[in-house]
Amino acid sequence: MFSTTAHLTRDLDLAEECTQDAFAQALETWTETGVPDRPGAWLTTIARNRARDVLRRESVFRRKMPLLVADETTPGPEDGLVDDRLRLIFTCSHPALAREAQVALTLRLVCGLSTPEVARAFLVQPATMAARITRAKKKIAAARIPYRVPGPDQLEERVSAVLEVVHLIFTTGHTAPLGAQLVRQDLVDSAISLARMLHLLMPTNAEISALLALLLLNASRQDTRRSADGRLVLLSEQDRSRWDRQLIAEGRSLVTDALRRRPPTRYALEAAIAALHAEAPSWRDTDWAQIVALYDALFRLWPSPVVDLNRAVAIGLRDGPRAGLDALNPLLADPALATYGYLSAARADFLRQLGQWSQARTAYEEALTLTDNDVERAFLSERLTEVERNL
Amino acid sequence: MAKYMILIYGDAQQWDAMTDEQWKAHDAAHESFVAKAGTQIIDGQQLEMAPTATTLRSDSAGQIQTTDGPFLETKEALGGYYLIEATDLDEVLSMATLLPEVHASHSGVEIRPVVDHG
Repeated sequence: MFSTTAHLTRDLDLAEECTQDAFAQALETWTETGVPDRPGAWLTTIARNRARDVLRRESVFRRKMPLLVADETTPGPEDGLVDDRLRLIFTCSHPALAREAQVALTLRLVCGLSTPEVARAFLVQPATMAARITRAKKKIAAARIPYRVPGPDQLEERVSAVLEVVHLIFTTGHTAPLGAQLVRQDLVDSAISLARMLHLLMPTNAEISALLALLLLNASRQDTRRSADGRLVLLSEQDRSRWDRQLIAEGRSLVTDALRRRPPTRYALEAAIAALHAEAPSWRDTDWAQIVALYDALFRLWPSPVVDLNRAVAIGLRDGPRAGLDALNPLLADPALATYGYLSAARADFLRQLGQWSQARTAYEEALTLTDNDVERAFLSERLTEVERNL
Repeated sequence: MAKYMILIYGDAQQWDAMTDEQWKAHDAAHESFVAKAGTQIIDGQQLEMAPTATTLRSDSAGQIQTTDGPFLETKEALGGYYLIEATDLDEVLSMATLLPEVHASHSGVEIRPVVDHG
């Protein structure tokens, strides 16, 4: 409804105002006449009419009607809704906007999160986030960033920006950067529904299949990542019988599609790693050799310190804790990882397995100071106590 | 239609060091940009190098100071511009990728929408 109105107005603020007006009018009218058969269509029609009125009034004033109003043959809300949402996603993820603004706008306008919620996801003050969102909307209006799905010549470049935004929304939800909850389910759901919609609209795009696969495979383990009393449960200790088989099957078939593209893309490799975990009957029986090989390929394609860290951990799981520590040691000098808690946590775990208690204690203490998530903090404190008992 | 200013920035030293051959290719690229943009180009000029600039501004006492040189002393200076008319930013972006300065490592272009006072 919002995106249909936005398509008409090409003004995101005006579209938001009109949709809010429509809801207000619904409250009034529906209490008298009852809820109509198709409430969504009713609301959309009201919002669009309101937008048309405003634009018409402005046009007399500013003589801009022909510039602002999309052609009158705009598809109705029934047939145009999905395309409209897609247009909105591409507008929010336009490369002329900063990545942070892309994510914030997508959460706000496509996923319907409130500005304080978006602020919370990014650990900034609501006023700061409101200012960022306003600035991005102003740029869309002033620079005339078009409200459309790009043509074939630009689609690839633009799709990858959209996918990065969807991926960021998912990772922010998958392990919330701070607070009492491990998972922000609303963000995870938003990301998956965006990825599903993109896949529905561009079923042959291998990069989209790969991202959707990655999200589904990660989400399949969601319910087993916490114990009944809310504690963090590592992949090695999760109850695999409770993993969502349907999501895994769907994810696996998408990975197969995605890997057909040569050379495989970043998300395809990440999804293939997630699929190997999902398929393994147990932690011990995981195909670590293949996982290391996939991380090698991923690092060549996308050399990031976090990939390097995961690769080192996989080496430790393939060849034992000593080899893992050796692989992790060079990363200690990487400034990008200096405040990354998972490096300390990974070292701590290998040191614990080797019985190097005093070094393990230091590493756990370090990891503890670097996480702001309560559930992760509780897990690390428990391990620290266990290590201290052995000192 | 909206108006956009395409500001061309680059390192003057690197521009100076270009060979005749390179200039020929450079000019050809500008010609293809001009051909594509056609009548959408309202104006466009190459500017003399930054040291030829003169800057006027006031000091703290409100006294106008005239100084030799550009407003900002940077390695990458404004070298030229186009003022063009386009439907939206995407149209400008697709035209601007034809400009040779977008492809050289020391230069780039900045696209600024012109305020429409109606």
